Amino acid sequence: MIEWIDTVIQGVLLGGLYALFAAGLSITYGVMRLVNIAHGDFIVLAGFATLPLVQTLGLHPFVALPLVALAMAALGYALQMGLLNRTLGPDILPPLLVTFGLSIVVQNGLREAFSADAQSLQIGEWQTASLQLGEAVAIGWFPLLVFVVAACMTWGVSLLFSKTTVGMALRATSDDPATASLMGIRAKHVYALALALSFALMAVGGVFSGIRTTFTPDSGPVSLLYAFEAVVIGGLGSLWGTFAGAVVLGVAQALGAKMDAGFGILAGHLVFLLVLVAKPNGLFARK
Amino acid sequence: MSLLTVHALEAFYGDFQALFGIDFHIQTEEVVAIIGANGAGKSTFLKALAGQIPSRPDAIQWDGAPIGALPAHRVVQQGIALVPEGRQLFRSLSVEENLRIGAFAKRPGHWNLARVYALFPALYDKRHQPGTSLSGGQQQMVAIGRALMSNPRLLLCDEVSLGLSPLVVKDIYNALPAIRSEGVSVVLVEQDIDAALRASQRFYCFMHGKSSLTGTSGEVPMHRISQAYFGAQETTA
Repeated sequence: MIEWIDTVIQGVLLGGLYALFAAGLSITYGVMRLVNIAHGDFIVLAGFATLPLVQTLGLHPFVALPLVALAMAALGYALQMGLLNRTLGPDILPPLLVTFGLSIVVQNGLREAFSADAQSLQIGEWQTASLQLGEAVAIGWFPLLVFVVAACMTWGVSLLFSKTTVGMALRATSDDPATASLMGIRAKHVYALALALSFALMAVGGVFSGIRTTFTPDSGPVSLLYAFEAVVIGGLGSLWGTFAGAVVLGVAQALGAKMDAGFGILAGHLVFLLVLVAKPNGLFARK
Repeated sequence: MSLLTVHALEAFYGDFQALFGIDFHIQTEEVVAIIGANGAGKSTFLKALAGQIPSRPDAIQWDGAPIGALPAHRVVQQGIALVPEGRQLFRSLSVEENLRIGAFAKRPGHWNLARVYALFPALYDKRHQPGTSLSGGQQQMVAIGRALMSNPRLLLCDEVSLGLSPLVVKDIYNALPAIRSEGVSVVLVEQDIDAALRASQRFYCFMHGKSSLTGTSGEVPMHRISQAYFGAQETTA
């Protein structure tokens, strides 16, 4: 019994990482109905962008993280302004096609620059240190940190949306960009801010993921899949819903892996399909 | 010099031409009504003034400067605010947030939250509710308040009485003098001819994308207005 509790706890903590993957996707879909197919590849890009800072400049990954997050935010802003704003319109196909193309460009660019070798980021003994709770339950400090950071980020972004002027402008533009323009809000700028925020969150997910496990230029699509599943399980339009969806996915994968080592990922997909069938709007959808 | 002068304004939706050479002007603190049947181009005209439909730069002169080509988010910074047809409140925003987002352009001036609540006291108790949960008349008050929050010098009102009971329409029109007294000019687009003529000093009648008649409200006989409103047939009384 106690082993199962341990498994659930590990699953919840894994869900924290998926929440970081998914938050950005949830924001861009919520604000501008953009499904970024290259989302996972940009998460991996953030991991690779951290490598030279750590390996060449000798920075600790946690020190490199804010720099990478800033750079990713700038990249997100520029990408939306320069490219993706041109694809948004009544037709949802152009942004899908363009971000699909970006996904291929990023994967191959990374393979050119860093080779196809698996990489990882090291944080020393913190990587494996854990908090022992009784006989059978041990909580890793690093997974716990990831979970807490994910919760704080979700809380912070929720506050940004609900309390600040920028958040009001994001919501107003999401509701009705034409009327928002009458208020003096420039939709293209707002969309670029949303993608910048999404990219900064991706950077956090990418660096944490790179510390937790290895990554290659081809790791992106899997991250996209988990992010996408978390958003759909949680229900569109709610950041805490996405967070909860990510936790559900993490627990499902952990429990599945506990039953059979090869069953983990599949268990996550099955829960995702089950939710799609039973509650297509997600478990925690905003009405 | 007029606050706003429009000369030979044309407007298009793709290949479809909606306005054919409109001439128009309005002075400071003036209330001007635009009447006309459905599809006459009234809403299109307001959208063109607000920058939602692009036009030739010099077709619209604001305080002597050509603003016809400015996009909507720049026009509001110049001091022109549109109360759009159908109110178009933001459904994710509360009443108060709808008002506060109206001040996004950060124009200094008379209007703030307290003054909008003083103008429309019914809104104060509902300020934390979603804007779209209010009755039609109160939503219209939010839409007008939201536009006022940008501290405009020119307020464009598109069909503010549409779908509202006569009593509520009266409430809303009663707010006009207070708005005007702060130095705001108002353009009223209305299908309700009587309400429009009572509230305005001058009027324009639009038909098929052209201005078919203009004059001083209350001085032009009704049969001439009907003729300009409906077209060719002569009304004999």
